Amino acid sequence: MKKILTAATAIVALAVGIGSAEAAGKLKACWMYVGPHSDGGYSEGHDVGRQMVEKELGDKVETSYVESIAEGPDAERALERLARSGCEIIFSTSFGFMDATIKVAAKFPKVKFEHATGFKTSENVGTYNARFYEGRYIAGQIAAKQSKSGVSGYIVSFPIPEVVMGINAYMLGAQSINPDFKLKIVWVNSWFDPAKEADAAKALFDQGADIIAQHTDSPAPLQIAQERGLHGFGQAHNMYDFAPKAQYTAIIDTWGPYYVKRVNAVLDGTWKAEQIWDGLKDGILHMADYTNLPDDVVASAKKTQAEIEAGTLLPFKGPIFKQDGTEVIGAGKSLDDGTLLSMNWYVKGIDDKLPQ
Amino acid sequence: MTALMLEGILLTIITAATPLLFASIGELVTERSGVLNLGVEGMMAMGAVIGFAVAHSTGNIALGVVGAIFAGMAMAALFGVVTLIFVANQVASGLALTLFGLGLSGLIGDAFVGVPGAGLARVSIPGLSDLPVIGLLFRLDPLTYLAVAITIAVSWFLFRTRGGLILRAVGDSHVSAHALGYSVIRVRFMAVLFGGACSGLAGAYLSLVYTPQWTQAMTAGRGWIALALVVFGTWLPGRVAVGALLFGGVSILQLHAQALGVGVPSQFLSALPYLTTVIVLVIISRNRALVRANTPAALGQSFVPDR
Repeated sequence: MKKILTAATAIVALAVGIGSAEAAGKLKACWMYVGPHSDGGYSEGHDVGRQMVEKELGDKVETSYVESIAEGPDAERALERLARSGCEIIFSTSFGFMDATIKVAAKFPKVKFEHATGFKTSENVGTYNARFYEGRYIAGQIAAKQSKSGVSGYIVSFPIPEVVMGINAYMLGAQSINPDFKLKIVWVNSWFDPAKEADAAKALFDQGADIIAQHTDSPAPLQIAQERGLHGFGQAHNMYDFAPKAQYTAIIDTWGPYYVKRVNAVLDGTWKAEQIWDGLKDGILHMADYTNLPDDVVASAKKTQAEIEAGTLLPFKGPIFKQDGTEVIGAGKSLDDGTLLSMNWYVKGIDDKLPQ
Repeated sequence: MTALMLEGILLTIITAATPLLFASIGELVTERSGVLNLGVEGMMAMGAVIGFAVAHSTGNIALGVVGAIFAGMAMAALFGVVTLIFVANQVASGLALTLFGLGLSGLIGDAFVGVPGAGLARVSIPGLSDLPVIGLLFRLDPLTYLAVAITIAVSWFLFRTRGGLILRAVGDSHVSAHALGYSVIRVRFMAVLFGGACSGLAGAYLSLVYTPQWTQAMTAGRGWIALALVVFGTWLPGRVAVGALLFGGVSILQLHAQALGVGVPSQFLSALPYLTTVIVLVIISRNRALVRANTPAALGQSFVPDR
C-alpha cells in the first residue's frame, strides 16, 4: 500500500507540476485556476488574460499556470510549488484560495501574490476583483421586464460574499422594475459540473421560473433554457454560441488589461500590495451584446449600464432591507465596499434561507 | 404538483441515472472477472471528448457514439495490457488511467471547447408513448434504452449462460479456472474491454445527450460514483441499476426541494444523494452470505499462469 501511495503521489505531483525551465532575465508570472483552463467560463476568462500578458509583454515575461486545483489544502501545496519553481508574481484566481495564499505568501516574502475576489491582504498579497454585481443589477432589471411568470431561477455555487452580493444585486435590479419579483435559488455546491447545473436549471424551470441566472461556470443551464424556449444570462464568458436563442446578455470577465498592468508594475518595480476593485467603467467586465430582447428593453439596459458607468446609479443604494425587514442602510446612502465584501444576508423579498 | 411537472422530474431523474448506469454496469462486468479498474473516470472523459469530436466533425451523432465506445475500449485495452500482460498493480494503474484520461481528453478537446453540439433527439415508441404517466418511459433518448438493454443483457449473461459462469469463475478463483483449462487472461481482457466500452458510452451520454458540449473535466467525478455503486450494489446488475436510479433520483429531488425553499441547509441536501444511496444499499445488502457469494473473491489479484 505504501508503494502505491508513493506512486500515486508521484503521479499527482507530475500532473500538477509545471515546466520550470526558466530563461534568464525573464519575469516569471504564474496563475492558479480552480477549473480547467478551457472550461469555457470563469477559469478560461483568467487564461485569456494570461495569454494577453504573454502577447503584450512578449519576451519580457514567461507565463505558466496550474489548473483544476481544489480549494483547500491542495491549493496550499500547489501555490508552494509555484513559488518554489521561480514564479515572481502569482495570481491565485479563486475565492477559496484565500487562506492558502496568505499562508504561502508569508513563507515566500519575495514572491508577489495577487488573490482574486478575496478580502485578506498582507505585505506581499494584494487582492483584485471586478464589480460583477453591476452587471447582475442590469441582468435583474432585464429579467423583471422579460419574465412572464415573474419568477427567475438562480443557480449558485457556494455561499461566499461574492455570490450573495450577486444574488442581492440581481434581486435589487429586478425589484426596481417589479417589486413583487420572485427568485428561486438552488445551490449546487460546485463551481463547475455541467450535468448538475443542467439538472438545477431543469428543476427551476419545472417549478415555474422562466428566466435563469447563474453563478456557476458552465453554459449548460443556458442550453436547457434554449431547449425549453426560455431565456437566461451567460456567466463570465459570452455564452451566446451555446444558446443563441436563449441568451439575453452575459457578464464577461475581462482580466487581460489588469494582468498586463500588474505584471508591468512588477517589471518596473512599482508593484505593491493593493486592494483593487474595478467595475464596468474600468473595463474589467463587459456586458455581452443584448440579444433576444425587444428594442425598448435593450435601450433601458443600455441606459442603466451608462448610469452605472457614470456613477450616477449605485446598485446598492439605500434604502436596503434584510429579509427580516431590518434596515441595512437608509435612503440617500450606499453600502460601502467593506459591507459588500463581507455580505452574508439576503435582501428583503428573497424567499430562501442562506446557508451559513 | 402538476402531472407535467412530475413528468419533468421523472425525465430528469432518468437522465441523471443513465450515465451512472452505463459506467457501473461496465465496471460490474470487469470486476466480476476479478479485475478492479479504477480508471472509469478517465475512460468516461475520453468517451465524452471523442464522442463529441466525432459527432461534431461528421455531423452524425450515431458515429460519435461509436467513436466513444472505441475510445473507451482503447483506454481499457491500455489498462488490460499493463495489468494483465505486464501484471502491474491494478489499483495504481487504474488511478493512472484516470489521470491520463482526464489529461489526454483535455488536450484532444481543446479545439472543441466553446463549440455547441447538437443533442440527440428523443425517440417515441408509437402506441406506448401515449399512455398516461408511464408513457414517458417510452419517450426517451435511444441511449437510455440501450443502457436498460445492456443491464438486462448483462444480468442474463452472467447468471444464465455458460460464458457468464466462466467469467464469474475466473473472478472467484483464477487458479481453479486456469486449472480447468480456461484462459484467465483472455476472459479478463474481454471483460475489461466491455467495461471500457460502457464507460465510453457513459461519457458520450454526457457530451451528446445530457449537456451537448465538451468541456474538460465535465465528468465531474461520476466515474467514482459508478465505482462505488458497483460495490454497494453487491455486484448484482439489478441492484446497481436501483442504486443508479436512487442516486439520480435523490440528487434531482434535492434540487427541487431547494427551489421550493424547504428551509433545510443546502449543504445537507447536497450530501443527501450519497447518504441515501449508502444507507439504502447497506440495508438491502444485510444478507452477509449473499454479499459474500457475490463478491468476486479474486478481485484485484493479478494472475500469472505458471504453466
